[in-house]
Amino acid sequence: MKTRLFFGITIIIVMALMAVFAPFIASNDPEAMDLSAESRLQPPSAEHLLGTDNLGRDVFSRMVYGARVSLSVGFIAVGISLGIGVFLGAVSGYYGGRVDAVIMRFVEVMYCFPTLFLIMIVIAFLGPDIVNVMVVIGITSWTGLCRLVRAEFLTLRERDFVHAARVQGVSDMRVIFRHILPNAMGPVYVSVTLSVGAAILVESALSFLGLGVQIPTPSWGNILSAGKNYIDYAWWLTLFPGLAILIAVLSFNLVGESLRDMLDPRLSGRG
Amino acid sequence: MGKYILKRLLLIIPMLIGISFILFVVMHIAPGDPTSVKYGLNPDISESARSNFNKIYGLDRPVLVQYATWLRRFFFLDFGDSFMDGRPVISKIMSRLPATLLLQASSFLVIFCVALPIGIISAVRRGGLFDRTMTVAVFIGYALPAFWLALLLIFFLGFKLQLFPVSGMVPWYAVYIGGFARAGDLLWHLVLPVFATAFGGVAALSRYSRSSMIEAMGQNYVLTARAKGLSERRVILVHALRNALLPIITIMGLTLPGLISGSFIFETIFAWPGMGRLGYEAIMNYDYPVVMGVAVISTFLTLLGIFLSDIAYAAADPRIRYETRRT
Repeated sequence: MKTRLFFGITIIIVMALMAVFAPFIASNDPEAMDLSAESRLQPPSAEHLLGTDNLGRDVFSRMVYGARVSLSVGFIAVGISLGIGVFLGAVSGYYGGRVDAVIMRFVEVMYCFPTLFLIMIVIAFLGPDIVNVMVVIGITSWTGLCRLVRAEFLTLRERDFVHAARVQGVSDMRVIFRHILPNAMGPVYVSVTLSVGAAILVESALSFLGLGVQIPTPSWGNILSAGKNYIDYAWWLTLFPGLAILIAVLSFNLVGESLRDMLDPRLSGRG
Repeated sequence: MGKYILKRLLLIIPMLIGISFILFVVMHIAPGDPTSVKYGLNPDISESARSNFNKIYGLDRPVLVQYATWLRRFFFLDFGDSFMDGRPVISKIMSRLPATLLLQASSFLVIFCVALPIGIISAVRRGGLFDRTMTVAVFIGYALPAFWLALLLIFFLGFKLQLFPVSGMVPWYAVYIGGFARAGDLLWHLVLPVFATAFGGVAALSRYSRSSMIEAMGQNYVLTARAKGLSERRVILVHALRNALLPIITIMGLTLPGLISGSFIFETIFAWPGMGRLGYEAIMNYDYPVVMGVAVISTFLTLLGIFLSDIAYAAADPRIRYETRRT
């Protein structure tokens, strides 16, 4: 259990450091092109650790800078969905009644919609850029979190400490955010960690369809997307970005699952 | 039961209206419009021709008025005409729907037939080699970008080994071969798309059926069944499995939105002539009526699937009385 958590966190930290210190780690300018025949589509070598792409750009450098984009999309998108999901879930669970009914209907509507299609539509119409991608992934992925927080609030609001706070005349918002919310955060941490991985996957899928972060800015998804046309003779363009996405998502899931097991020992081994 | 079914069916209508409203407004408020995409850079198309186009399709009116018009026609299943080729949206979608349904139904079947046995065996031999291998495999499966998997499949099984066709559904030579051969050819074309589409679902459902099965195996009725000397096979497959299946049915229904979302990616990758690809192309061309049509139909399919799984759940579990439950 501990090793899984440690392993996941280590990889995340390494990737985050890579993203932060990208200019010092990357061996080349990620956007520098070299169209001469001898430097295009070169296999991995000492000079180009992961080879070069169809425009002669160094894939390793692009991957390092891509970590910046992919991780920040993951974190910021989840930050947005965390804000919406926690707020609506808390309000819904705390007040119940009509407020709850309206919010839950809305959640159901969002849930039954093929989310990816909605994201594709909005991105296509707003224009694909990194901010739009983050925001749209964020505002379409909060429903799970909302249900989770609501369920926690439904049980917590009947507890004595909540009644005590209300009897003392503490305002509703303060009861919700200072008294109840801290006690409801356990499952939220788990869900958020898992969501970061999911958001990275969505970004890469969008980039793959040409609706994600746009070139020349590198993201793991668009490196992969550009590389797919050369899969026949330049396997490194497809293999490495895919592996990076896989490892990143795997690490977040490892951490999320370990957190879940730690918070709720009853579930351990049942998965 | 009848009352419950009717109530659930009627609930689909407001859901569709809600979703179509959100979508319609988002789409029309967003910058960019069909005329600028189709004719924006074409010097032969004058400004007046563009405003004429907008006028014909009512794009110059307020969004809410446009939505009201759309909604009124929607009740007669009239989604308008495509901006691209002028064909009615409904006939465009209907011509693509069979391919999508074929792919989805096959994937659904594969998910069920593969994930359930994995889950049962893992639960029965809990902690064994198979269980541990599957746990790792499922974990990787969750994190695997499915479109990347699709690419690797295309590359290794399609190009390198030449085992399966990598794109399309019905090739040009299909008209020259007989019925059985044609069906076989269709199945052969289905292999890779179904594999890619079903992969995520298999990972999720096998995990879920494992924990559901473990839960059922720990119940007293399983102890009773064993105590009265039933064979282990009967205990597992009849007593435990029947109870474990209930939550699994619900989860099957909930995999539908994911499957339909996936169709937009996988149909594009595998050049599958389905609704997902139609939707993708429509988005890229600002073809509002087709986008709306695809969105509404795919949402409807999702809702229908969830509804059916609810009904299956009720049918499978005699303890459930929906009339008394608030839905």
